[in-house]
Amino acid sequence: MSEDLLRVSDLRVSFRVGGLSARLAGRATEIEAVSGVSFTLQRGSTFALVGESGSGKTTLARTLNGLQPVRAGTILFEGQELQGLSNAALKPVRRRMPMMFQDPVGSLSPRLSVRSLLSEPFVIHGLSDRDLSAEVTRLLALVGLPRDFADRYPHQLSGGQARRVGVARAIALDPVLVVADEPTAGLDVSVQGEVLNLLNDLRDRMGLSMLIITHNLHVVRQIADRMAVMYLGRFVEQGETEAIFRAPHHPYTAALLSANPEPDPDRVHQRITLPADVPSLLARPSGCEFHTRCPQAQRRCAVDVPAPVAVGNSRLTCHFPLNT
Amino acid sequence: MTVLEVKNLNVAFHTESGRLEALKQVSFSVPANRSVGVVGESGCGKSTLINAILGLLADNGEITSGEIIFEGDQDLARLGPTAMRGLRGQSIATVFQDPMGALNPVLSVGRQMRDIQYRSGLSKRDKDARSVAMLRKVRIPDPESRLTQFPHEFSGGMKQRIAIAMALMMEPALLIADEPTTALDATLEVATIELLKDLQRDIGCSVLFISHHLGVIAELCDEMIVMYAGEVVESGTTREIFHDARHPYTQKLLACDPARLSQRVARLPTIAGTLPDLRRRPSGCVFQPRCDRADAQCLTTPPNAPIGGSHIAHCWHADVSLGAMSA
Ligand SMILES: Nc1ncnc2c1ncn2[C@@H]1O[C@H](COP(=O)(O)OP(=O)(O)OP(=O)(O)O)[C@@H](O)[C@H]1O
Ligand SMILES: Nc1ncnc2c1ncn2[C@@H]1O[C@H](COP(=O)(O)OP(=O)(O)OP(=O)(O)O)[C@@H](O)[C@H]1O
Ligand code: SF4
Ligand SMILES: [Mg+2]
Ligand SMILES: [Mg+2]
Repeated sequence: MSEDLLRVSDLRVSFRVGGLSARLAGRATEIEAVSGVSFTLQRGSTFALVGESGSGKTTLARTLNGLQPVRAGTILFEGQELQGLSNAALKPVRRRMPMMFQDPVGSLSPRLSVRSLLSEPFVIHGLSDRDLSAEVTRLLALVGLPRDFADRYPHQLSGGQARRVGVARAIALDPVLVVADEPTAGLDVSVQGEVLNLLNDLRDRMGLSMLIITHNLHVVRQIADRMAVMYLGRFVEQGETEAIFRAPHHPYTAALLSANPEPDPDRVHQRITLPADVPSLLARPSGCEFHTRCPQAQRRCAVDVPAPVAVGNSRLTCHFPLNT
Repeated sequence: MTVLEVKNLNVAFHTESGRLEALKQVSFSVPANRSVGVVGESGCGKSTLINAILGLLADNGEITSGEIIFEGDQDLARLGPTAMRGLRGQSIATVFQDPMGALNPVLSVGRQMRDIQYRSGLSKRDKDARSVAMLRKVRIPDPESRLTQFPHEFSGGMKQRIAIAMALMMEPALLIADEPTTALDATLEVATIELLKDLQRDIGCSVLFISHHLGVIAELCDEMIVMYAGEVVESGTTREIFHDARHPYTQKLLACDPARLSQRVARLPTIAGTLPDLRRRPSGCVFQPRCDRADAQCLTTPPNAPIGGSHIAHCWHADVSLGAMSA
């Protein structure tokens, strides 16, 4: 249980942006979408990644899967370094670390029937000698879709049904770590419960580990042992989920958790509202990068970069942590 | 005034394995200046409903009967494709479930935002200025320099926000939004709800809003309808539904919301059973195969029970209130 399955150290990923004119004008032409991220994921555990839209969560997940080149840092998965591996060398890795993409319908090729979509992982990995129709039936049952859905095409599925097909594809082979980007977006609360119970079962039965990206904080609380909060490509706080929900230490985490909409029309919310101006990755703020929006900020926040500190079991970067 | 009135709408899809009744006798209305929420199990027909309203049903789908009255005088169920396209570009704006599909991958975001302002008569420069202002409203950082970027250069939530910005730029009479906040973090989600409320006040539009996030519906919508297997099983004000749900499906749906759990549980609540095969609808009440309260009458006769005022629950046992369902 305590064995490290994945160890990511000081990972950096960047994109070139802007055309020739921007480069000639001497404007920054690279953004670091993932900017020095470190964490470990233990075998059999679930790690949730939350944070601002555009903060680099998907980029981080794609990089783990070798879909985006590493600029600096290391990714150690089952003891093997992944950065810099060729596509061919990554193939067996992807079988052990399948990824579910953010966009449910768009990530399924429109021309392939559900049957072909579910057979594809076997074909790609040279396992077409298996009884594919039995595998398809098994997978459909596993994700709670009727058998005759094998003959449907993606556009004939509702958003939730497409999502279940995505789960089925991800768990088709022999995964040890499922990287799931918004695995329950577009599902109603009951089906969402089913998918999460399914993922939890697979974790218990097959010792599956999960890295889950989600904006649904209720989901995080129900499924993740540990969580990290991202802001501008960095982890501003990481630790045990329950502890963070009970007492967030970083002001951004506190604002995020306070925003969670509740199913009660008469609820009076006590929200921490953040100023709307989201900083640009092209011009990162000085000092603590959250200081431009932080309700807690003092003068020093604009100047000094906060070093990571441990508070309780959490690690965070803030000069004036809350709830200490 | 009623902006949209859907009356006894039926929609069927023709598939290789038979005819599938995706919507059955759907009726509800969207009053002026109001937001109406639509909730229901994945696959219950929410997107089909929207597509039927917009004249965008897949080729194998058709409206078999019913009316969709827009602004009191036009029946959208009978409108030709050209007239429909005109309405979609002007008085009805939409934000689709899949923001990736809503944006053209080969055109820059700025170009797409300029294109939808073709009616405005503004210069290119002024159009761009409006686009930038709108992108700023939906909190896209550096909007000026991002106009030249292409959709794949934005994160999932950014694409969703761009789609919302484009819909708002049209200043429509009716905004139809299918899961517009799923890719947004909680702070942005709340900000988007506020933005929609402001917009409603400023330009006086109505909103038809689909979401699985019950908290978002509770915050944004005045009224809501609950769908199950292509039928409206309950409708009323948002308060009536959240505090006094009467249909067993609604009660179960609300009980499944993890927002109601204050700590981690071993198994999340779910609704036992699956949606019925829409090619063979059950007799009597459509929820009867999964309902704990079903009796002989439920198995044979489709129910209809007004609770009072605008609150309607299609259930023979709608007198059973569970009290306030929300935490
Ligand atoms: N292919 C690309 N080219 C240029 N910039 C990119 C590219 N992909 C992502 N980015 C930028 O990198 C940043 C991080 O994007 P990413 O998709 O990782 O965010 P995210 O945290 O997953 O957001 P969301 O919650 O909205 O999905 C954003 O500023 C985005 O615009
Ligand atoms: N073109 C089609 N051909 C056949 N069946 C279809 C087609 N489009 C949708 N369906 C079916 O109609 C039903 C309703 O689908 P719809 O997409 O409207 O559901 P939804 O309520 O929007 O679900 P979700 O919440 O998962 O998005 C589903 O059972 C779906 O499989
Ligand atoms: S360091 Fe300062 S600005 Fe940054 S989060 Fe903490 S209090 Fe806020
Ligand atoms: Mg993302
Ligand atoms: Mg849908």
